[in-house]
Amino acid sequence: MNALLIAVFLPLAGALVLALVRSLALAGWLNLGFCAGSLAAAVWLALQILRGGDLTGDGFHVDAFNVYLVVLTALVGLTTAIFSRPYMAHVCRDGQVSEGRMRLYHSMFQGFLFTMLLALTTDNLGVLWVAVEGATLATVLLVSLYRTPESVEAAWKYFILCGVGIALALFGTVLVYFAAQHALADVAEGLSWSALYAGADRLHPTVMAIAFVFLLVGYGTKVGLVPLHNWLPDAHSEGPTPMSAVLSGLLLNVALYAVVRFKMLVDGALAATDKAAVAGHLMMGFGLLSFLVAGLFLHRQRDIKRLFSYSSIEHMGLMTFAFGIGGPLATFGGLLHMLVHSLTKSAIFITVGHATHIAGTQTIEHIRGMIRTQPAVGWGLLLGVAAIAGFPPFGVFTSEFLLLSATMQSWPWLTTALLFGLVVAFAGLFRHLHPMVYGKAPEGQQPVAANMLPVMAHLGLVLWLGIAIPVALSRWLDQATFLITGSHLL
Amino acid sequence: MNLMQLTLLEQAVFVLAALVLFLSFAMLAQARLLAGIHVFAWQGAVLAAATGLVAAGGAPHLFISAALTLALKALLIPWMLHRLVRRLELERHVEPLQHPALVLMAGAGLVIFSYWVVVPIERLELVTTRNILSLSLAVVLIGLLIMVTRRQAVTQVIGFMSMENGLFLAAVAATHGMPLVVELGVAFDVLVAAVLFGVFFLHINESIESLDVDRLNRLSAREDDT
Amino acid sequence: MNASAWLLVLLQALLFLLGAPLLVAWVKRVKARLQNRRGPALSQPYRDLYKLFGKETLVAHTASGVFRAAPYIVFASTLLACTIVPLLAARLPAAAVADVIVLVGFLALGRFFLALAGMDVGTAFGGMGSSREMLVSALAEPAMLLAVFTLAMTAHSTNLASVVDHQLASGLILRPSYLFALMGLVLVAVAETGRIPVDNPATHLELTMIHEAMILEYSGRHLALMEWAAQLKLMLYGVLIVNVFLPWGIATRITPAALGLGLAAVAGKLLLLGVLLAVAETGLAKMRLFRAPQFLNFALLLALLGLLSHVILETGA
Repeated sequence: MNALLIAVFLPLAGALVLALVRSLALAGWLNLGFCAGSLAAAVWLALQILRGGDLTGDGFHVDAFNVYLVVLTALVGLTTAIFSRPYMAHVCRDGQVSEGRMRLYHSMFQGFLFTMLLALTTDNLGVLWVAVEGATLATVLLVSLYRTPESVEAAWKYFILCGVGIALALFGTVLVYFAAQHALADVAEGLSWSALYAGADRLHPTVMAIAFVFLLVGYGTKVGLVPLHNWLPDAHSEGPTPMSAVLSGLLLNVALYAVVRFKMLVDGALAATDKAAVAGHLMMGFGLLSFLVAGLFLHRQRDIKRLFSYSSIEHMGLMTFAFGIGGPLATFGGLLHMLVHSLTKSAIFITVGHATHIAGTQTIEHIRGMIRTQPAVGWGLLLGVAAIAGFPPFGVFTSEFLLLSATMQSWPWLTTALLFGLVVAFAGLFRHLHPMVYGKAPEGQQPVAANMLPVMAHLGLVLWLGIAIPVALSRWLDQATFLITGSHLL
Repeated sequence: MNLMQLTLLEQAVFVLAALVLFLSFAMLAQARLLAGIHVFAWQGAVLAAATGLVAAGGAPHLFISAALTLALKALLIPWMLHRLVRRLELERHVEPLQHPALVLMAGAGLVIFSYWVVVPIERLELVTTRNILSLSLAVVLIGLLIMVTRRQAVTQVIGFMSMENGLFLAAVAATHGMPLVVELGVAFDVLVAAVLFGVFFLHINESIESLDVDRLNRLSAREDDT
Repeated sequence: MNASAWLLVLLQALLFLLGAPLLVAWVKRVKARLQNRRGPALSQPYRDLYKLFGKETLVAHTASGVFRAAPYIVFASTLLACTIVPLLAARLPAAAVADVIVLVGFLALGRFFLALAGMDVGTAFGGMGSSREMLVSALAEPAMLLAVFTLAMTAHSTNLASVVDHQLASGLILRPSYLFALMGLVLVAVAETGRIPVDNPATHLELTMIHEAMILEYSGRHLALMEWAAQLKLMLYGVLIVNVFLPWGIATRITPAALGLGLAAVAGKLLLLGVLLAVAETGLAKMRLFRAPQFLNFALLLALLGLLSHVILETGA
């Protein structure tokens, strides 16, 4: 329990401390330090869970499913902090951001991590909602950090759309609580996920089905599911790059995590009725739609960060689809995909940060010849995109292959749609990528001081996962699969 | 269900719930900015009164939430909006609704839709709560409709906040309130959201010299149409 | 029983005839007091009617028979409508033979002839008044019907006597649907009886008048009938509102004591309503004619909400 409390509340302490620290250099290092501490505690927590099983109590619930996301969140938080320190210092020197706003940035970065970790570990569905809404509030000012008209517009859209979505999710939560009051002996436990899960078969099926629609639409807005995805490219492209990395790598995952948790409850409640798979079908529909639409949208992007945020929508769609199918194979694939997508996408956004720094713009047309100007950034971009597009040695290939097999098993016809979407997305990414990496560099383009360590670490991990998943990790994911679907894959 | 089987207190809760819905409609039709804010404040007050009545009917922990609603939704947030509107010199701003009759009919349609949504929740002994659920869903959806039909940032915020009012109504009337931790968390989030909205008004006003969100369209032009 | 009951119907009609001018005078007087004027005496409308009946009746040479017949039809249909409304007692034979839809029908008939008469002479004002009246009533009538249906659905009958009975039998119940229907009906009544803010009964300002424009060509006996009919209509709506929504005090048995109590109750309620009307009229300004549709749309919306909240909140398994 100590490890859990340290992992979750250290970022909160960080948010408070960093709000007071005036020195910019010190704040950067402190930010890094808090993230490192949080990661250490998260790893410690993971080891405890692996040895001792689930941890429930004091309003928290940690099992194999969320502990791996906790570690992932803390890890991506740390690597992004490593990248953010010199990058934001540079931004500040450029005069785009005042020092007061840098304090806000550092404080809210930690605040965001806190809400993410709280959302992951809490047992209370109401607190889950509060934390996810808190994540919006923490990041909305970061999206508008540069105060350009575009960034204000992006932040406004983000705020309004996510606010509306999350309000619908609260309505769903109220409905769940309503159902719980009629099913559980102890009404006070009506929002406790573990109590609800234990008594899921007694929950009123119709109420739960209606609630799930609201929850899917609500949290789905945060996942970036089409047609509620509009905020995502705007927020990613206009916010500072480290923010794009954590939004794509973490926030979307956490929202999807919430949807999956609720799906587990709904599946339990509907198991005995004739509409047992309705939650899964809804998720499959939304997921597939997002996957295909985002793939097509990749082709018409002119802004490099928008390009990759559409790629995020595409992959989130794929994961939603996977969890919608629901069997052990698909769920295992979905969990693995969550992991590798987070790692790869945050690596890509970090590289993109350097690339835009070199080119001085985010417009794809003007980013040219990266591999000539600065080979490390060029290679990082190339490998990152290769990984995210699903090239074989990388982990994304493994998870997508698992998903395709699972689809082949239960919905053979949909395999064509998936393959089509993958090809379209692949083409969309590479038609933009090729000139950016290999094109003729504009004259006078200078390399910048880039810290490629986080990128290397992430891509290295993804490569490792693609070649051989460590036994411990596969056991771990299998345990999570067992929690979600009720049967083991391995 | 028959109203006659309920106590007078419960009937009063029903009437107040219906009034909340009515005030949503008033907000939907209101063209004047300040009047809209006042209607919103009244909705908060009626909601607080409904919460208080439910609390008096045997759920004393709801008194806290009633006080919170009154302070936040009926006083603090309207006051903040009011001040901002004055500061931005929008007191006289009138935003006529396009196709008012159509919008109001759409609102009535949403009420019917929300009833249709909750009708399947039968066979629970608490039919009363089901009916209030449908009302609160209607308030939520009408809040959404306000946000869709209005172009003014302040009105959009009012719509957003009235959605929250609908959610509170659902929580209070259908489940006798959420656990206190959640209530406090939600209230905190709402407060922070209101403050942030205020900050945003200033930013938007600065960047496009108006609060007409239709003019926030630079990013939509970003995508290549070829 | 039957004969005495019909006698009571006649008595009610007589009370309507006598009470209507008094109600108008009362509203005028309270309004004058609120504006720090002395105001006309309560007997003034009676004297006006008496004087008009004695005067010569002039008819324009372009007028047809419709023009001459209209005052009688308007007056008779309004009076017949009045007999349907429970004034002193609820269960009366007139209420048994005609329900609330007939009531709306009578009012529509009167309005139809009023508008015809306005157009008959061919003056500009008459036509203008008629078209405005039709605009208002086309919007007000659906709202009124919806409000009335809300009541009817609760009582499972379109009969006003049954509605009142049902109200009395069930005691004090706070019904959201009644609240909305009441508000809707009040707005409709304001529009239909030509009060502020839709029309101003006290002026002949050519740009704004609706009701006065239609009866501009009438004189003498005809004008008296038209004025009287308008006063009846105000009282009819007043009684409808107070006796249907707050029926307490109305006689349920036909005994002198009960009837006396009923009379006192309805008189008290009407006087109170008159004060409210006067206060509202003093506080409000007349709105532009083009905003009248908005006003009536609002009434329609209220009535619709009443109906919806009846279905949603007050029915169900």
